[in-house]
Amino acid sequence: MNSPRVQMRQISKAFNGVVALQNGQFELLAGEVHALMGENGAGKSTLMKILAGVYQRDSGEVWLDGQPVDVPSPAAAQALGIGIVHQELNLMNHLSAAQNMFIGREPRRWGVWVDDDALNRQAQAIFDEMRLQLDPRTPVGGLTVAKQQLVEIAKALSCHSRVLIMDEPTAALNEAEVADLFRIIRQLKERGVAVVYISHKMDELRQIADRVTVMRDGQYVATVPMASTSMEDIIRMMVGRELAAMAQHVPDTSAQPVALEVRGLHRGRAVRNVSFSLRKGEILGFAGLMGAGRTEVARAIFGADRLDAGEVWVRGAKVVIQTPQQAVAHGIGYLSEDRKHFGLATGLDVQTNIALASLSRFTNPLGAVDQRKTHAAAEKFVQQLKIKTPSVQQPVRLLSGGNQQKVVIAKWLLRNCDVLFFDEPTRGIDIGAKSEIYKLIQDLAASGKAIVMISSELPEVLRLSHRILVMCEGRITGELPGATATQEQIMQLATQRETAEAV
Amino acid sequence: MNPDTTMPPALAVAPQKKSLGAGSGRQKLLAFASLLGLLIFFSVASPNFLQTDNLVSILQSTAVNGVLAVACTFVIITAGIDLSVGTMMTFCAVMAGVVLTYWGMPIYVGIAAAIFFGALCGATSGLLIAKLKIPPFIATLGMMMLLKGLSLVISGTKPIYFNDTPDFPAISQDSLIGYFIPSVPIPNAVLILFVVAVLASIILNKTIVGRYTFALGSNEEAVRLSGVNVVFWKVVVYALSGAICGIAGLLIASRLNSAQPALGQGYELDAIAAVVIGGTSLSGGAGTIMGTIIGAFIMSVLINGLRILSVAQEWQTVVTGVIIILAVYTDIVRRGKA
Repeated sequence: MNSPRVQMRQISKAFNGVVALQNGQFELLAGEVHALMGENGAGKSTLMKILAGVYQRDSGEVWLDGQPVDVPSPAAAQALGIGIVHQELNLMNHLSAAQNMFIGREPRRWGVWVDDDALNRQAQAIFDEMRLQLDPRTPVGGLTVAKQQLVEIAKALSCHSRVLIMDEPTAALNEAEVADLFRIIRQLKERGVAVVYISHKMDELRQIADRVTVMRDGQYVATVPMASTSMEDIIRMMVGRELAAMAQHVPDTSAQPVALEVRGLHRGRAVRNVSFSLRKGEILGFAGLMGAGRTEVARAIFGADRLDAGEVWVRGAKVVIQTPQQAVAHGIGYLSEDRKHFGLATGLDVQTNIALASLSRFTNPLGAVDQRKTHAAAEKFVQQLKIKTPSVQQPVRLLSGGNQQKVVIAKWLLRNCDVLFFDEPTRGIDIGAKSEIYKLIQDLAASGKAIVMISSELPEVLRLSHRILVMCEGRITGELPGATATQEQIMQLATQRETAEAV
Repeated sequence: MNPDTTMPPALAVAPQKKSLGAGSGRQKLLAFASLLGLLIFFSVASPNFLQTDNLVSILQSTAVNGVLAVACTFVIITAGIDLSVGTMMTFCAVMAGVVLTYWGMPIYVGIAAAIFFGALCGATSGLLIAKLKIPPFIATLGMMMLLKGLSLVISGTKPIYFNDTPDFPAISQDSLIGYFIPSVPIPNAVLILFVVAVLASIILNKTIVGRYTFALGSNEEAVRLSGVNVVFWKVVVYALSGAICGIAGLLIASRLNSAQPALGQGYELDAIAAVVIGGTSLSGGAGTIMGTIIGAFIMSVLINGLRILSVAQEWQTVVTGVIIILAVYTDIVRRGKA
């Protein structure tokens, strides 16, 4: 057996005192596809970023082809033949696809002159190999997320690395594109490239991976062969406990008053003639593909974006909502997909974030904020929602994803919002915390809140929704009862596009 | 039950057809149309406007601001800003004065000195910004004051005259074009402006320096993660900008036949205004030299035209301010619609 191409041992890394890796370990053979799995926060991306020179390890050793190495920068990693496709897109939107791919490695003439023709030709060659239909001169900012991700992959391929790390490379890709990617990965295997594949998608990993390494809580757990290990075993390794299956019990809310009704919502091409009603105590799931318009519907109802046409009725009375301020005044709250950017003031503490939507209640006529009252209110929610934080003065950015999400929920509960829009509520939250959030949502519904839950995770939608609305390209394509809906039914409605192009 | 059957994203949601070229092209067109509009308006409003003397005067008065604006364009495309270009220009003029008048060196050494010290100051700003991570506004604000003070210290707060270098005024005041074509007495300063503009455009669009200028402005972190030495290239861009300021220093010194150490502060705002009016976004990643030149001309045509119409000087500044706000607002609206 050859010696491993990559070995990482006893790797530790902490950020600002928060330990991300304690006993990171990894071994990679030439010509294998090695999956790396673990919950969010398990340390997989961190470990690979250390290998790729993005972070520096605090301790431990990295060996490449049997020799100890240091990887002090991304440039050093490139020089060592280590390439990485990051989970987050790192593209320069103003530059073209080819320019993005070859940044730092542009073909030049006379040292300073950039040979754009050669650049575009080389990029086209890689695109052809990937069977990617794309003009290399297209500015990347105008591409769909899927195409952008393919450009990132093309960039990594153009480096001809000997070690290729792929972190969630198929998040935005459709089936055909995934199949093309796997074809390329198999070609790389034959050429002896060692591939690390970080992903949550078991079905994909079964097709492509040889071995799986599981990490948990910043530590190495085990390495097992893919083919002979069951999914339950892998999940148990990832989570450390069995996931209890939850029976689907859908309460009957048909007798409850209607909390929110919308008719004929229009917003450009993003929202087309959307109408639905939502009762008190109901969880209405919004399913659909990325870009189907679900977030746009929520944002429009919430006043974050302007509607071209349509009516909104809250508790039986017609309302005009043109700003979030008005929406909140009517008791509507919106938890956005990107809580770090739109849900939290990351520089501030837990207490302030929880009080953020209700500050006027805690200020005296002179404008001073009553610290004791905000403290008490925050404490109450920390207890009620079981938010894990050393204190309510803890800066919110130091909390885990799941607990940050709870802070956002607390903010809206404190504001007494009765209609809540959850947009991808468990994104970036590990499996253990997910079930806590699910229970929280169900408890909120049971206590009389009306909930719209937008989610791209089908099991989540099926598990929680009392009713499911499916959207496709801005229109509602169908409604399914929560108790009996299946993934296939949802998918079918989610891909039901209009045959005649309207615009 | 599969724990993570995340739905695949939509197929081809109609992508935004906002391409870099088209957008800034439209802004350039708008700027050019505005310039034409102004020219037509003033020609109609006053018979004195289209006189050769007046047109030459417009060209002459755009030269210095135009060159400074070209320098600023590079920095602004990297999503930075350089408030020191005005006093840096004066500092370079002062250093040229030191080399030519105090030390009695030949004219070429003086020219080289101005450009060299410009590059040096620019590189210093670049290091403060890229290495020490001081925000560009603060770093260049500090440099602005530093250079203003240095100019006064080195010159002893007195102007430095170039009488010992008789060829010096020729740099901006003589006419090379007029030498070959007597009926077109365009001063050298204007020729230098256009040469600088053409060279800068080539550097920006065709060379590796220009490529990194755009890349840094578009997504600096992506550039870093791609293994490019961000510190080095930022320093290069700021040094290039500084060198161009050195050329502006030569232009203004040779026009006045002296290095005036108290001059310079305030020029940076006109330069930045020209860049912004020309369509380059302050948020970086996009911009053109041509747009900047048009922006510079819009400002000088405006001021010249208003003066010919006997509009008081105070109002000229008011009008310029309104134009700047309109130009940036148009840019924001255009980007929002795209």
